[in-house]
Amino acid sequence: MNFESKTATALANNRAAGKASLIGYFPVGYPNLETSIDAAIAMCQNGVDVLELGVPYSDPVMDGVVIQEATVEALQNGFKLSQTFEAVRRITEAVDTPVLVMTYWNPVMQFGVERFAKQLTEAGGAGLITPDLIPDEAAEWLAASDEFELDRVFLATPTSSAERMQRACELSRGFAYAVSTMGITGARTEVDKLARDVVDKIRKTETKQNAAVGIGISTADQVLEVNEYADAAIVGSAFVKAFQNGGIAGLIAKVKELDPKK
Amino acid sequence: MTKLRDQEGPYFGEYGGRFVPESLIAALDELDQTYQQAKNDPTFEAELAELHRTYTGRPSIITEVKRFAEHAGDVRIFLKREDLNHTGSHKINNVLGQALLAKRMGKKRIIAETGAGQHGVASATAAALFGLECVVYMGEVDTERQALNVARMRLLGAEVVAVTSGSRTLKDAINEALRDWVANVETTHYLLGTVAGPHPFPTMVRDFHSVIGIEARQQMLDEFGFLPDALAACVGGGSNAIGLFHAFLDDESVSLYGFEAAGDGMHTDRHAATLNFGRPGVLHGAKSYMLQDEDGQTIESHSISAGLDYPGVGPEHSWLKDLGRANYRGISDDEAMQALRLLSQTEGIIPAIETAHALAGALKLGKELKPGSSILINLSGRGDKDMETAAKYFGLIG
Ligand SMILES: Cc1ncc(COP(=O)(O)O)c(C=O)c1O
Repeated sequence: MNFESKTATALANNRAAGKASLIGYFPVGYPNLETSIDAAIAMCQNGVDVLELGVPYSDPVMDGVVIQEATVEALQNGFKLSQTFEAVRRITEAVDTPVLVMTYWNPVMQFGVERFAKQLTEAGGAGLITPDLIPDEAAEWLAASDEFELDRVFLATPTSSAERMQRACELSRGFAYAVSTMGITGARTEVDKLARDVVDKIRKTETKQNAAVGIGISTADQVLEVNEYADAAIVGSAFVKAFQNGGIAGLIAKVKELDPKK
Repeated sequence: MTKLRDQEGPYFGEYGGRFVPESLIAALDELDQTYQQAKNDPTFEAELAELHRTYTGRPSIITEVKRFAEHAGDVRIFLKREDLNHTGSHKINNVLGQALLAKRMGKKRIIAETGAGQHGVASATAAALFGLECVVYMGEVDTERQALNVARMRLLGAEVVAVTSGSRTLKDAINEALRDWVANVETTHYLLGTVAGPHPFPTMVRDFHSVIGIEARQQMLDEFGFLPDALAACVGGGSNAIGLFHAFLDDESVSLYGFEAAGDGMHTDRHAATLNFGRPGVLHGAKSYMLQDEDGQTIESHSISAGLDYPGVGPEHSWLKDLGRANYRGISDDEAMQALRLLSQTEGIIPAIETAHALAGALKLGKELKPGSSILINLSGRGDKDMETAAKYFGLIG
């Protein structure tokens, strides 16, 4: 690889400054395109180090009720896939935060993998998080992400074998997504002990791959705790809920509350 | 030349694979290994065969339906009677096989999705028989139109969860079952009810249903002395169809017809005719034909039949379609309901509404085939569960 990963650079800069990192999720098009862009920019301006911009999808099997309901609403309000690129462009024009697009695979396959990669790069996006694309099925995406210099985040889970962990870490760029619990997204009161194990296994691959822990994180304590052994904490449902309860102001307050750099 | 019937997953041509979260891969690998071992273990085969003999009631018989055939031009029509299996449909073939595998894997909890409720009932039945905990996910719409089966599942001791997300039908029940599985994968086996989903499900479920075609092929030869000219089956996810087709895939003289639900009609956009109107994409863990918009969002399907009301289809059918080996056509709600009544009144056999799509298809097909041809239909299920829908449709009560 002869280009710099936007995501890895952001995490490394924080690490060099002795700071912990927060990755924040928000669905594009929720509740409509304009508001979601404003919300995303506000998150980046108030403490989120890497933005995970979720693409609404009709069959989100990795998502819990909060994100499901938000993305259904986005679709009902007329979200179109091409708006993803517009959102990425406008967010990256406003802030320097790396923007990773989190998407289920079928929309990318239908759009055309290369075409998607090209437009994402042109819009200033950092790469993709692909929850239902395993490295085994990713040949086209591996090639396109190399060609268009994009990050690619694969999942590492408590049940992944050592070989699969190795492959996920070797092929990920930016970070490997350590699934902290055997479950779907949704705020939980206790982040699973499994998170430490997964990060341990990621370290043991000796790939120097970053490990970001996600699924179930909702409090400032959890964000700090995760950052003690991992490279970043990922928060999703808790931000969506904060937005539902208090609009963009509520979302900003939650980002500030969870920001481990303050 | 390799035989079509030797094709195994993960891929059928460009279709199939595993498009699922990494969290499920270890469980799919475990299932695949357990299944491969079981397949090569004569005691497994013997155990399943004995269950089929003493519990399912296999082999199922073949019935020639002469009065019904009078409405189909000049052809003979034969029914492979999967409706006579214990629990009333073909679904039990797959369920008993997978329940034995769950036992081998030491899993004490099974989950299942169901549309018409037949797969849910079969799963609840196996759970009762083997002493397993059982949770069945069913779209809320389907819990209403198949209320009798909800009661059956609960009586059998299963928990039935009404799924309220999305279209509140089979597609969303599968989403919910997948979410449960991601969260509970170590203790739980997902007993998927059709030939869709990630590898090894399409291959394994097909193998468990292939007994239908293996028996039927031999029965046709033994009892009638010939192979049928055409096979007909309804296609939801595609399990009863592939179960019948599989043994005949390399018999060139036998043509294959799958009948999808055309809902309000093939000229409308309210249907579930995935292979006719869909295009390749990824849904529920496999690449296959599916109903989707230009953004790759799944389009909701429509059918009077809960078991066919699904915007996806198993990958092997997509492959057979592209190869031109099997033909897939649409049958409207009304065509199916008329065929349901016709079989009831000419033969004294009340079929499931799903199955009625194959019957209606055969009525049309008979008029196209050479005089004297024969059609073998998979009578995949009985109609008891559909009495409320039929009573309303034909105004039979009150
Ligand atoms: C009697 C019957 N036939 C057919 C089907 C459709 O499923 P498949 O296409 O997998 O056979 C169902 C599903 O519920 C069913 O109950």
